Amino acid sequence: MDVGIVGYGVYLPKYRIKVEEIARVWGDNAENIKKSLIIHEKTVPSLDEDTATIAVECARNAINHSQIDPQNIGAIYVGSESHPYIVKSTATIVAAATSAAPDLTAADYEFACKAGTAAIQATMGLVKSKMIRYGLAIGADTSQGKPGDILEYTASSGGGAYLIGRENLIAKILDTYSYTTDTPDFWRRENQEFPSHGSRFTGQPAYFKHVIAAAKGIMKRNDLTSDDFDYIVLHQPNGKFPLKVAKILDFDKEKIEKGLITPYIGNTYSGATLLGLAQILDEAVAGEKILAVSYGSGAGSDAFIIEVTEENEKKRNKKPLKDYINQKEYLDYALYAKFKGKIKGVNLERP
Amino acid sequence: MNKKVAIIGIGITPFGELWTRGYRDLITDAGTEAIIDSGIDGKDIEGLYIGSMSPGRFSGQEHIGALVADYSGLTGIYATRIEGACASGSLALREAYLAIKSGEMDVVVVGGVEKMTDVPTSSATVTLMGAGDQEWEAFKGATFPSLYAMMARRHMFEYGTTIEQISQVAVKSHENASRNPNAQFPFKVTIDQVMNSSMIADPLRLLHCSPLSDGAAAVVLASEAAAKELSRDPVWITASASATDTIALHDRVSLSRMDSTILAAEKVYKKAGVKPDDIDFAEVHDCFSIAEIMAIEGLGFCKLGEGGRMAQEGELSLDGRIPTNTSGGLKGKGHPVGATGIAQAVEATLQLRGQADKRQIKDAERGLIHNVGGSGATTVIHILERN
Amino acid sequence: MSKGVAVHWRLIPQRYNLIGTECKGCGQKFFPPRQLCPNCRRSGNITEITFSGEGKIYSYTLIHVPSEGLGFMKPYAIGIIRLDEGPLLTAQIVDCKPEDLAIGKRVNSVFRKVIVDGDSGIIRYGYKFKLTE
Repeated sequence: MDVGIVGYGVYLPKYRIKVEEIARVWGDNAENIKKSLIIHEKTVPSLDEDTATIAVECARNAINHSQIDPQNIGAIYVGSESHPYIVKSTATIVAAATSAAPDLTAADYEFACKAGTAAIQATMGLVKSKMIRYGLAIGADTSQGKPGDILEYTASSGGGAYLIGRENLIAKILDTYSYTTDTPDFWRRENQEFPSHGSRFTGQPAYFKHVIAAAKGIMKRNDLTSDDFDYIVLHQPNGKFPLKVAKILDFDKEKIEKGLITPYIGNTYSGATLLGLAQILDEAVAGEKILAVSYGSGAGSDAFIIEVTEENEKKRNKKPLKDYINQKEYLDYALYAKFKGKIKGVNLERP
Repeated sequence: MNKKVAIIGIGITPFGELWTRGYRDLITDAGTEAIIDSGIDGKDIEGLYIGSMSPGRFSGQEHIGALVADYSGLTGIYATRIEGACASGSLALREAYLAIKSGEMDVVVVGGVEKMTDVPTSSATVTLMGAGDQEWEAFKGATFPSLYAMMARRHMFEYGTTIEQISQVAVKSHENASRNPNAQFPFKVTIDQVMNSSMIADPLRLLHCSPLSDGAAAVVLASEAAAKELSRDPVWITASASATDTIALHDRVSLSRMDSTILAAEKVYKKAGVKPDDIDFAEVHDCFSIAEIMAIEGLGFCKLGEGGRMAQEGELSLDGRIPTNTSGGLKGKGHPVGATGIAQAVEATLQLRGQADKRQIKDAERGLIHNVGGSGATTVIHILERN
Repeated sequence: MSKGVAVHWRLIPQRYNLIGTECKGCGQKFFPPRQLCPNCRRSGNITEITFSGEGKIYSYTLIHVPSEGLGFMKPYAIGIIRLDEGPLLTAQIVDCKPEDLAIGKRVNSVFRKVIVDGDSGIIRYGYKFKLTE
């Protein structure tokens, strides 16, 4: 029995800030940062946007794309590390705002940047076991970068939603495999406003080790090599890491570049792998194979082998990611700081 | 049944930020003045009606009827509060008028009062928005100025009304207020000052908006028989009418006219047996300058869409065709919301008695007072006559 | 505005999904919903309908003196929107430059935070509108 993607939706906030503007404030060399991280600009949420509003927008887009009745959705899982409530599920808000409630199960997921792909795996299980007809898996974030920290250049906002089902698939998910260890490379403790990270420790023992292990593991298990794939999409904390991994895994540069969007929108955390995959699906044709591997600090990677069907061409997503990438308005650092709530002691109420 | 109802006494406090006077001080000041003016004795009074929009939110005080009766030394009499947002005063006047018309009472005191400056400005703004739709306007971030701004936008869009014309209303209100010692802003402003004042809700600026005010006004009403016995100088209320419209602005048939005013005007003219042309002067509800333009159109002083031109051409000035807001209006005199309708009655009475001093208009025989609640969900109109 | 949680909760279908009503008797559609048709009154037949969220700006203003809780947003745009199905409603118009606003421009609904009850209260979400690109 096939299980796969019935529809998907994306959402990016309209506002952007350029690397040059952040570097100007902190006295960094913008050219060095752009070159070393391969990042030009990142999204910034509006004052009235949060993970729930982003999740709702991309969920609605996914439901519209799939053309299913939202009442047939049996599970909604929202993966994020910036849920608006510590206690009160974002998924309940999505369920209400998509008219999927109340006959379904819903919960929030957290696994740094891979909570969205973990949500896909969970819904796959429920769909495949026929416990539910459709499952909605969302990865969305309004990530926090400490002012002046290197992460501030990339920490951005956005989300992707995937409707998982058995019928009318635009893409089949042929297999999924995960690789998980206890690796404290990036974390945020309770009541801390910003995450902390292990600096260069986030590289080799963390991102590279897990992404490569998951990619190799799933290819080996399915007896496939890089030549069998038309695209590879990876978690993309910056523009550089995925290029390095693709090279190590022996994928041509063109195969990774299609889904590499972080240079233009920043690292959308739980949204990153899902948005990169959407960028590929927006144009992929029947028979094309995609290797998707997420990464969540802490740490783990979820790998997926995805095969595009004819249905994807018949039912092209009317709200492709490139439209969201192109609709933008730049902020200066002062407005960015205001939008992100980084100005302290403000005597005004914010929504 | 009593056929006619007279105003036989008037009283009013100064309007403004009256830091030394509390809610009960204001209403007893105005009420005492009205009773003294009428020449009657406290024991003659059979009922007490108080128009007040939100003493509960502004002062934490409810149960206004008993409070005012108590502090007026009238404990024992029938007393109640009437509420209809900014039209509370006129609604109270109308209820008292109906009580006399019915024959139930012969002498009634009507007060209007609001004490708005005991709470922070932001809190007062929220309280005033209670006159709109809480669930579908206020929740969405609408403020009262924003509702009138959207009316102004449509009026400008549909009729070509200009911001200069709207501003001219404020200039005229201040000109009149400069002649009223009780006004909150007894000074003139230029059109440049109006058009360069700070933006509140585009296109309305600060000087297009009435202020937050403290103040009270009171009138003594009497039946024809009682008036003839008690008063040498009665002014007659010859018609009273009121009409409602949807609570939310977005549910109106049109944003560029005020249907509750049009409807109430039709009724009041019919009852009084007069036409708009027969009106010598009017106190109209200019909570925002655009509201005065919509008021004079709705009252039939000009065609719909011509109010801006009328303001610009001076037809509303003291020496104009139909002087409006000789008191300075809500803009110049101040707008303690519950007091406004009664203050309009006080001004019309002064004009008809010939006691309006520096703002007295010539040969005032018949005046109209027009009071609006919310964004136009309630309109109350009375016609007052010398004879 | 009431800070009660239930006040918001009972309106979630309307505030999230633009669920209004329609009178089957006369065909008039209502948003915000009405349970009593003003045309047909007792003889009306009210049913639920979901509005598309597509419409046009009927009037608008830019609020410089904000409502309680929206100080961070000023100046913010608010408009009366005519939904394609007929009814008009009041909503903020977001993510736009003031000079881009005009009567007649097409807008569509978006899902946003409308008001947040301080640092520890609930977040009240609901519809706002943005200019249709």
